[in-house]
Amino acid sequence: MSATLTREDVVRIAELAHLELTEDEITLFTRQLGDILHYAEQVQAVDTTGVPPTSHVLAGEPIERTDARVPCLDRDEAIVAAPDAAQEAGLFRVPQVIG
Amino acid sequence: MASLDLTTIDGVRGALASGEVPAREVCRASLESIEAQNSSLNAFNLVATEQALGRAEALDRLAPSERGPLHGVPIAIKDNMCTRGLATTASSRILEGYLPPYDATVVERLERAGAVVVGKTNCDEFAMGSSNENSAFGPARNPWDPTRTPGGSSGGSAVAVAAGIVPAALGSDTGGSIRQPASLCGIVGLKPTYGRVSRYGLLAFASSLDQIGPLTRTVGDAATLLSVLAGPDPRDATAARTAVPDYRAALSGELAGARIGVPRAFVGEGVDTEVRAAFDAALDLMASSGAMLVDIDLPHARYAIPVYYLVATAEASSNLARYDGVRYGYRTPDARTLENMYFRTRDEGFGAEVKRRIMLGTYVLSAGYYDAFYLKAQQVRTLIRRDYEQAFARVDVVAMPTSPTPAFRLGEKTDDPLQMYLADVFTVSANLSGLPAISVPCGFSGGRLPIGFQLTGRAFDESTLLRIAGAYERRTEWTKERALVRPPSLA
Repeated sequence: MSATLTREDVVRIAELAHLELTEDEITLFTRQLGDILHYAEQVQAVDTTGVPPTSHVLAGEPIERTDARVPCLDRDEAIVAAPDAAQEAGLFRVPQVIG
Repeated sequence: MASLDLTTIDGVRGALASGEVPAREVCRASLESIEAQNSSLNAFNLVATEQALGRAEALDRLAPSERGPLHGVPIAIKDNMCTRGLATTASSRILEGYLPPYDATVVERLERAGAVVVGKTNCDEFAMGSSNENSAFGPARNPWDPTRTPGGSSGGSAVAVAAGIVPAALGSDTGGSIRQPASLCGIVGLKPTYGRVSRYGLLAFASSLDQIGPLTRTVGDAATLLSVLAGPDPRDATAARTAVPDYRAALSGELAGARIGVPRAFVGEGVDTEVRAAFDAALDLMASSGAMLVDIDLPHARYAIPVYYLVATAEASSNLARYDGVRYGYRTPDARTLENMYFRTRDEGFGAEVKRRIMLGTYVLSAGYYDAFYLKAQQVRTLIRRDYEQAFARVDVVAMPTSPTPAFRLGEKTDDPLQMYLADVFTVSANLSGLPAISVPCGFSGGRLPIGFQLTGRAFDESTLLRIAGAYERRTEWTKERALVRPPSLA
């Protein structure tokens, strides 16, 4: 598969990634991401027939904890770092969701 | 206090053990050193003056029997690890003003051992970069030549140790971010085995690759720090229960009989001639001290860079989805809808390299490209791991240069991300394979820039790395060299 990255591709990916790019960024990323993907295409030449993918390098099984209730971060402490916390209600305040 | 030596943990411990120097004075000396040097080196994003002095005073009140193994040792923490009540930014605007409500496990362990956190160090934004230039605070500067990069992403941590501000610092290493800056700044950097050290409280970049480790002046100090950091953690399901050996005990070992694999074909190309010469000289010295050099082949290592940048960016695009202006950090002002707030916050809050990587990772995970890029990269990752498994049937460690060049000039590679990525050519395969690796100083360029070489070992066999690296270090004088800090030239 040859990756010819178009301007439309970049706009579509930015939408998926929740990024509002400027026109200049779109132009720059179309070129730079195209170069990087072109370079990365070399992996497609490797014969991987029957080779399982590596998604992690853990030596054994992941460690599970017992399903017991333990102390956790206090709600007031957790929301105090928010840019707009409704501290008394214990909620994160955000702009209007439905236009 | 002018004679107080802050360059090694052993030195600081010696001064404190004599009882003549209280922890408060050691801490003050470190803080004064930051004050004197940080305007030219930009190694620290935050200096924790009051907290550090308060803590040192509390340590001075402890009875000798209550003192931990790092009692009174000033330590710097990379600014991508959470420190309770101390701003933690990952050098990103998107975490502006964030005060974590908890400590990373590594910070907790260091403090329990008696260490004093003096500040948070500069790094590439979310640890994405090889030069520290992707920082919202501007680059840290190399103390050997402030017009050059200290390397990245743990650049500030490497600078803080190389400039003698602290004897040790923590870094994180996803593709070489501890080892490469250690090499470029003339110090020791250790990336432990994946799972050896808890990642709880580390701001995640690529979760299958990230690992925390020490940057120190000496191999012995790296062993001391690893002994404190290593071990299981109920808050990190990937922190291994494998027994933690006495890493200091490995240091008395010798080179005789050690089998050192050298992937000649892989390290034969694209390496600076002075780096090549220093690497060859290090191999010769180890061979003449009884080590056996064994030619090995890592046939898939040449694919490590593309595999790394496909896997790491895919994981990053997922990990960084959480920065959306709702729960912490920066939020764009005056957004009218929730969706508009997400998009604008992320565009204004993230720097260019982070956006590039989120975009790349989103692309390779998207429908139609997943199999050709992401899945394929994961399969080649398996082949890279198998190369090492085969090599370790014949050798104890694998030796390579850490970085193909000494420190490059600030600005030299910033316009070409792909060129910057190639700086990681020798470091990323240890992360892809989950193996421990250490960078050790092995010389200088004609322009007096440090050069390091790297040893990679079997999983959970840091002891062998420390033994061989320590034996090499004892036979050389490189760690005794000091950077002469000069004010940066005003361009």
